[in-house]
Amino acid sequence: MTDWAIAVTPPRWRRWLLAETPHSRLQARLSRTYLSWVTFARNPLAMLGLIIVGILVFLALFAPWIAPHNPIAGDLGNRLQPPGESHWLGTDQQGRDIWSRIIFGSRTTLLIIFMVAITAAPVGIAIGATAGYLGGKTEAILMRLTDAFLAFPKLVLALAFAAALGPGIENAVLAIALTSWPPYARIARAETLTVRSTDFVAAARLSGASDLRILIGHIMPMCMPSLIVRVSLDMAGVILIAAGLGFLGLGVAPPQPEWGAMVSEGRTQILEQWWVCTYPGVAIFVVSLGFNLIGDGLRDVLDPREG
Amino acid sequence: MDKDPILEVEKLNIRFNTPVGEVHAVRDVSFTMGREKLAIVGESGSGKSQTGRAILGLTPGKVTAQKLAFHGQSLLGLAEQQWRRIRGKRIAMVMQDPKYSLNPVMTIGDQLLEAARDIKEGAAARQHALGMLAAVRIRDPERVFRAWPHELSGGMGQRAMIAMMLMAEPELLIADEPTSALDVTVRLQVLAILDDLVKTRHMGLIFISHDLNLVRTFCDRALVMYAGQVLEKLTASELTEAKHPYTRGLLACPPEIDHRRSRLPVLQRDPSWMEPVGS
Amino acid sequence: MTQPMIEIEDLSISFGLGKDRVDAVKNVSFTVAPGESYGLVGESGSGKSTILRALAGLNPFWSGHMAITGQKLGAKRPRALRRLVQMVFQDPFGSLHPKHTVDRILSEPLTIHGFDDVETRVRAALDRVGLGPVFRFRYPHQLSGGQRQRVAIARALILEPKVVLLDEPTSALDVSIQAEVLNLLTDLRQQLGLTYVLVSHDLGVVAHMCSRLSIMRTGEVVETASADELSEGRLLHAYSRQLLIASRGYDTAAIAAFGDF
Repeated sequence: MTDWAIAVTPPRWRRWLLAETPHSRLQARLSRTYLSWVTFARNPLAMLGLIIVGILVFLALFAPWIAPHNPIAGDLGNRLQPPGESHWLGTDQQGRDIWSRIIFGSRTTLLIIFMVAITAAPVGIAIGATAGYLGGKTEAILMRLTDAFLAFPKLVLALAFAAALGPGIENAVLAIALTSWPPYARIARAETLTVRSTDFVAAARLSGASDLRILIGHIMPMCMPSLIVRVSLDMAGVILIAAGLGFLGLGVAPPQPEWGAMVSEGRTQILEQWWVCTYPGVAIFVVSLGFNLIGDGLRDVLDPREG
Repeated sequence: MDKDPILEVEKLNIRFNTPVGEVHAVRDVSFTMGREKLAIVGESGSGKSQTGRAILGLTPGKVTAQKLAFHGQSLLGLAEQQWRRIRGKRIAMVMQDPKYSLNPVMTIGDQLLEAARDIKEGAAARQHALGMLAAVRIRDPERVFRAWPHELSGGMGQRAMIAMMLMAEPELLIADEPTSALDVTVRLQVLAILDDLVKTRHMGLIFISHDLNLVRTFCDRALVMYAGQVLEKLTASELTEAKHPYTRGLLACPPEIDHRRSRLPVLQRDPSWMEPVGS
Repeated sequence: MTQPMIEIEDLSISFGLGKDRVDAVKNVSFTVAPGESYGLVGESGSGKSTILRALAGLNPFWSGHMAITGQKLGAKRPRALRRLVQMVFQDPFGSLHPKHTVDRILSEPLTIHGFDDVETRVRAALDRVGLGPVFRFRYPHQLSGGQRQRVAIARALILEPKVVLLDEPTSALDVSIQAEVLNLLTDLRQQLGLTYVLVSHDLGVVAHMCSRLSIMRTGEVVETASADELSEGRLLHAYSRQLLIASRGYDTAAIAAFGDF
């Protein structure tokens, strides 16, 4: 590109971030992050996704202060109230406020997403990058293992694990994580295969770097962008599987609010008292959409294929 | 060279929006060309490639111009449908690397036929395609016609690419560093083909290159670009008599085989070269 | 005779097995004296870069004899021997890790080899290639092609090697930048007493940089000449002569006379 730009003078903090000559490691890193952010923020849909997820995090953090009612204690006199003044989104068959349950349910959803992301992604990248870099027998064994996991439909496998481990949020996370890592391993391996033959990896080998150093310091950072994109796109799927497990009674233990379980509880009255299962369903839909939009936006920022 | 120009460009400007501000990549470029070999030379970032792309409406930047006319027809603000009648048919473009320009899942023959779809069909088109492959001096046109892109060497791929671009018999060919990825001998053979086509088919050729020595020996005229502007317009063979210090500097830089120096002269860039060229 | 810096005898390199076997380099021999700059010239597929990678230890599939400062090279190289041979790659965009700052690129080799004055050495390395401290915390994408190649040279020199392998070090650069980088390489060789092996398709660059050269075609050396013989046009082999003519520019008559090799 052209090396001279005609720009309007930006404020000082922005000049510091956009400096051509960073003076420290920190400034270099922050400035890089800031440029990515500017690109991301230019995409209105991605910003919408970020706002949705931001609201989710906010609700989860401040649930006790935001929720107008107790999400667990029922009021049998108030069963199946339609949406109205005191219960914005109505009440369920045990007289619990649906809006409050959705707010508290966001904690469960967020927890599951977070736990799955921090367990499945590292496992996937470690297996995939190692297989791709070392090749040979190691690769054959690791990738056949991955294929074996991939051969099962995700939901069925998660169901089997959850059924075997018993209901509960930890087991749900474990079941989902166990079924989520194989695609990450495949992506990491594919990225590694292209990175492994680059000149910068050759240069690292010439400088005497060990295989482990090259894997962790040189190859894995190159796998991260596509992995982050994939994980954020997968979050919608994780929410749906978590909801599916909850729907089938294999997720969170009953009185705790969970969106999938809420839909399940309301399905018998779907025609007469539509709000009982519709609103948690809408919550699942909106949050899934939010993560998808973020994932698309991140892809534009982190994974631009035009080099 | 006949009188009426193929292409007229007057005060062409291209701007890009980037997170760090607007970049004015091409500034007030003007030239007129007929059936000749016109070179646009310059270093990376000089705006030479963007200028070539703007003629085909392919630059991602914002294009403005007082005039951008092809055979008198304005190319400014054409609808996508109108572009389709020009791109690849009346004006064609050859890129630097055939690897990225040939479709890997189509045989060379199918791609050639596809390129001429609106002009010829059936056996006539096939004949035309084989003739084109022969014209770019591919020795066994039948084999190459059936070949897949990955089966061809770089030089062969580039020749097939040129054949494809010529299928529709364009009146203007824009070649952006068409031979930089090729070995020296193959490079010259490909240039000889282009030279032939300009002479026999009365085509105009815009040759975008950084190689002054090649331009000097191959082209008719040369525009020297720097920082988005045309600094100098020269007859290519008189390139060595260039006036502008930038052109002279560029000519002196490359190491020469028969004239060895202990150190190479280094181009001293003068900030005044960035100033708008006085009209 | 003094001990040659690099000895290569009967070097053959092949890839693949059975009928897919490709002999990329066939029985190549040459020696390079300490402080000399040796050129390998040829078109694509001539095997010139393959030799360089084998010499650097990046390609284990070779047979024959290779030695650096008299130490025979085997399948595994001790770290100390590895340090002696460093390389500058062709593509300045692909040879620097896009997510590492210049600082990390230069300090990592030092950390690996246990140097304790990393800070001073990184600064000195940047100075040596004419970049200065302002470039230290930049990422490769914030550098021009020439600046990247300077960083690559600084990285190659930071472990104080004796041999630097240059794989088309300037073919991706503009001519004005090429002149600066070639001058820098010339100076560094004199200051540090380095030995170069330069691979290039550009006869001009080789004539400028090297005292002797081998012209290669399809894995074999067709001719070995001195730089004087090259610049005076005293080449013997028809292929070498054709390369020489082709580098002089476009000439219809000469092209018509080209043979097929």
